[in-house]
Formats: sequence, C-alpha cells, structure tokens
Amino acid sequence: QDAQEKETVTPERAEEAKLKAKYPNLGQKPGGSDFLMKRLQKGQKYFDSGDYNMAKAKMKNKQLPSAGPDKNLVTGDHIPTPQDLPQRKSSLVTSKLAG
Amino acid sequence: FSGAGGGNDIQWCFSQVKGAVDDDVAEADIISTVEFNHSGELLATGDKGGRVVIFQQEQENKSQSHSRGEYNVYSTFQSHEPEFDYLKSLEIEEKINKIRWLPQKNAAQFLLSTNDKTIKLWKISERDKRPEGYNLKEEDGRYRDPTTVTTLRVPVFRPMDLMVEASPRRIFANAHTYHINSISINSDYETYLSADDLRINLWHLEITDRSFNIVDIKPANMEELTEVITAAEFHPNSCNTFVYSSSKGTIRLCDMRASALCDRHSKLFEEPEDPSNRSFFSEIISSISDVKFSHSGRFMMTRDYLSVKIWDLNMENRPVETYQVHEYLRSKLCSLYENDCIFDKFECCWNGSDIVMTGSYNNFFRMFDRNTKRDITLEASRENNKPRTVLKPRKVCASGKRKKDEISVDSLDFNKKILHTAWHPKENIIAVATTNNLYIFQDKTN
Repeated sequence: QDAQEKETVTPERAEEAKLKAKYPNLGQKPGGSDFLMKRLQKGQKYFDSGDYNMAKAKMKNKQLPSAGPDKNLVTGDHIPTPQDLPQRKSSLVTSKLAG
Repeated sequence: FSGAGGGNDIQWCFSQVKGAVDDDVAEADIISTVEFNHSGELLATGDKGGRVVIFQQEQENKSQSHSRGEYNVYSTFQSHEPEFDYLKSLEIEEKINKIRWLPQKNAAQFLLSTNDKTIKLWKISERDKRPEGYNLKEEDGRYRDPTTVTTLRVPVFRPMDLMVEASPRRIFANAHTYHINSISINSDYETYLSADDLRINLWHLEITDRSFNIVDIKPANMEELTEVITAAEFHPNSCNTFVYSSSKGTIRLCDMRASALCDRHSKLFEEPEDPSNRSFFSEIISSISDVKFSHSGRFMMTRDYLSVKIWDLNMENRPVETYQVHEYLRSKLCSLYENDCIFDKFECCWNGSDIVMTGSYNNFFRMFDRNTKRDITLEASRENNKPRTVLKPRKVCASGKRKKDEISVDSLDFNKKILHTAWHPKENIIAVATTNNLYIFQDKTN
C-alpha cells in the first residue's frame, strides 16, 4: 500500500513461495504424516495376490511365459514368480576401503 | 583455533585416504558409518553393502617422527546380508547404519553393528600361534593310522602369521518393526539400547531372545503420527539416563528409574520457534539427525539441517550455543527439497567438550571451537593429499562478488556429502568419510 514500505521476506519464505508456485497442490501439513509415513514404509514391496491369481487363470490355457526381458513387470499378465523378483544379492566383493 | 592447551591452533594435515579413486561409485561402497574404538587404536567403517572394514593404527615408529602411526587394514568382514521378509513384503537393506565399540575387556575386541532390523555383536580376535605335533593327525589335517603311532609327543604352540578373525557372537533380531537408526552402549557395559522410528528397546549384551521396550511413541491411530525418533544415546556416565531426538527438533531425556516405560520424559529440550518465521520448510530443517553427549556428559550436541546446537542438560528451554553450518543454504531450500538433499542426515562429533565437527556438501566439513568461538571449513579432497601440508581453509560465497579463493553456492556439488565424521578419543586425529572414501587427517604437531 505504502510505496515506501517494503515487506522484507525471509529467505525461507521466499523459497516456500517458489516451491508453492511449482507445486500448487503441495499438502497443507508439510512436515507431517506424508513424509513420516513414507519414511516408515521404506523397503515395502507389495505383491498383489489378486493380480497373481487372475493372471494365473488367464494363462491356464496358454504356455507359461518364461522370464522375459521385462523383469520389472511382476503383476498382471506376467505371472510373478520368486525367480522374477529382482534378486537381492549379497555383496561378496571385498570393500574397496580394504584394497 | 585453540586446542585444549590454549594458544596452539590445530593445523590439520592430510594423512591418508582409503578407497577407490574412480568417480563411478558402486552403491555398495557408499560409507554409512565411521567409529573409533575407545582407545583410538581401531577405526571401523560400515558401508551400504553390509561390510565392515576395521583399520588399526600402527605402533608409533621412532624413526618416523613426523606423524602418529598410520591406519592400515586390520580386518574386514560381511556383517549383514540383504534380506526379504516375506511375511511383511519388506525388503531389508544390508546397509550398516551404526557401529559402536565395546570397551576392551580382554585380548579380543567387540563391536555392535546394525542394519535396519538386526543388531549383531562381533568378536574380533587375533591368532598368532597354532598347535603343532599332534599324535593322531598329520600337519595337513589327515588322520594317521593309530597303529603306526609308536611314540607319543606333546603338541606345542608354534608362531604363525597373524590372522584376525571376526565372528558373530550374538544376533539380536526381531525386536524392531520400524527401521533402526541408533544403537548406544550403556556405561554399565552390560546393556545397550536400539532405537527405531517409533520405539526404543533395551537389551542385555548376553541375552538375545529378550528385549525391553522403554520408549514407544507409536500413536494408537497412525493417522495421528506427527513425529518420529531420529537418534538416541545413553548418557556417558549415568547408566539410568538416555536421550532421544525427534523429527520435530525436540530432545527428550529419560530416566529409567522413573518407570519401566519411559514414555514420559524427565526433561524436554526444545528451542521456542518464532512463529513469524515459520515456513513449509521449518519442520523439515528442524529435524534432528544426530545427538551426541560431550565426553563429560554435561552437554549434548544436536545436528539439524542447517546448524549444530549445544545444550546444557540443566537448561531445557534453549541451547546454550548455536553454530551455523551452512546458512547460505537457507535461500536454496526449494531446490534442496526437490532433489531430496533437505532430508540428508548429517552426523556430528565432539573433541572432548571443546570442539565440535560436522560435515557439509562439496566434501566440506566444519569445526567449531566453543572456547574461541572460531570456526573453520576444510575440504576432503585428493587434491590436497600432501602429507604434512596444512589444509587450506575454504570459504563459500553466499552472494555478491566472489573473492578469488571462494566458491559460490551455486557451484557446490550436492552429491559430495560428508555425513559421517569421527574424532579420535585421545588425539587430534579425525576420520572423515566422503561418499566412498575415508580420509584421515592429523594435527601437524603430531
């Protein structure tokens, strides 16, 4: 309103405005549940048994596909099997710090 | 920048660097924890691949007067392996989150190492002699025909090349639903705590099938979840006291004598926030990533995204000192949020009670002297690797005209983070971990 008066915006608030401009739908509870739930669910890999059974039923009369090049597709038409899941291999190589 | 003796600045010099030179870093090689043992003779590192590497300081060499002994590989072993919990559909990383040493009681060394779910007690022992001269066995292990034995001899121990063996002595499993962020050995040297996002458990080092839950902040309704536990540590002298920090920037001190379940804190340390300064980022950057007691136990230090705070245990309503680690990042929070760097968890460490150290970006690390109030920024880089050459202090130019040796904020490499640092318990020797390399620096006067 007053031309002389200039509202000083803290750097944090300026950054916040930048973020909200980019992502207008950013949640109302910033440090709240969404972040925390994501943190708590680290490592969760869901297997959908419904998908699995439907795909199995569909595939009944066809030949089972072998693990194709698209290994990431583990539900739906491609029947997931333990072999298809990304392997968690332990590191058998010695650490380079010891080299 | 005074040492405890006063008057002498610590002049940090490059001593050693461990790890591969190449820029292409395999995920398994990312260092995830660094810890000296109680004497400082051993230095352990853990990595994302679940491996532990232990370095041992050489005995002081009289002819090499320029430095204390170098650290060389002593033992390396696979501590944790990746797992899949089929019941919960949960992938369990093998990354070593923390290593904590037990004080030495006999010839062997013991340490606790933990990943997200399981804590293990490892025994590291030396073997430098072996029995020879058995009556029924050949030296290569084949059994002799007893009928060919005509005389008896007494087997004797003969020296052999030193062998260092690591064996898991205890496995403390199945006590954590959420991800373990801290372990801390009690001053009674019999018990230790392990903390995950919502709970803290107390263990006895000898007992693996039982654990006592001492803190539980899980709400009845998970929708009401507002904060998680980020770090926990036992008091160095009082075996009944421990602290835990939260994602909201608070620290709670608990006394185990008060009740079995320490859900009600004895003290709550929190700095009042200026509501007019509050922003979307306030809570995120206030989240405490590390809490460490001073050696005396009178003070504790916390690390949040932009600062290090020193708290006097006798004063709950505000820290006694606050040191800005990289305040220039406050005007970069938007992009740091977008690239997830705002969630980086920096650790911090003490030199006794006088100097504190923590890491930053661009492979910079910072030290703050509580007595002189001076601070310094140094860089862990192979370019400075001439032994006995004092490291040149670095300076970041926040805005305006950049001076000759300064680096501008926009030129900082945010992929080069120093999250883990450790200070030798007795000498001015520090271990600084970059993404996949371990640097050791020493005071020039050593």
